[in-house]
Amino acid sequence: MSTLHTVNKSPYERFAFASCLAHIAPGDALLMLEDGVLGARRGGAFAKRFAEAGGAAAVYAIGPDLEARGVKREDVAEGVEIVGYDGFVDLVAHHARVCAWL
Amino acid sequence: MADNPKKKFLYVNRKAPYGTIYALESLEVVLIGAAFEQDVALAFLDDGVFQIAEGQNATGIGMKTFAKTYRALGDEVRKLYVERESLSERGLSLEDLMPIVYEDENEDYVQKPSIHLVDRAELARLIGDSDVVLSF
Repeated sequence: MSTLHTVNKSPYERFAFASCLAHIAPGDALLMLEDGVLGARRGGAFAKRFAEAGGAAAVYAIGPDLEARGVKREDVAEGVEIVGYDGFVDLVAHHARVCAWL
Repeated sequence: MADNPKKKFLYVNRKAPYGTIYALESLEVVLIGAAFEQDVALAFLDDGVFQIAEGQNATGIGMKTFAKTYRALGDEVRKLYVERESLSERGLSLEDLMPIVYEDENEDYVQKPSIHLVDRAELARLIGDSDVVLSF
């Protein structure tokens, strides 16, 4: 069964996001939370990278974290599904393991 | 614990030692996990590879050189996977790491290396093969 990878650091400040993308397997899921959601902004240098590297993975971002940081729904890159905390719980429940990239 | 099947624990170490408390905390948890007779493996990638670098001495910065404890993990923890790309990106090779070994009880207690170099794709598979991933 697949892995849910979580990233809570901005890809523009830390290497964690890039390292996560380098270790993600087909069928895995990626969830951006806290400062990690800054990577989800459309037009950002990083949005292109996870579209390529995470191509085999489903990509999610936590809505309240986006909202808190002023990233509007329409600013979120294509292919990123916005989820609430209930969606976070569902993702954890539907994957065999969680790998946090701190 | 006798009724519970062994679980495969993978400790993912990505931070350099001393600058933050992550590395030391990971080691503490690894020692606790080993005491519960689980199937324990450690992964060292990104700056985590510096945790097992040879020649550490933290006395000058007033901290404990806890790296020595990795050499004492001994027979409980004998799977230390180190990512080859992370080493080379940082100008390191296997020779720059501490010689961490265990004694194989099935082969007259001959010493064998606990460190296994793996590439990035193999490390990704290790994550996928684990029951529990603990990140530090």
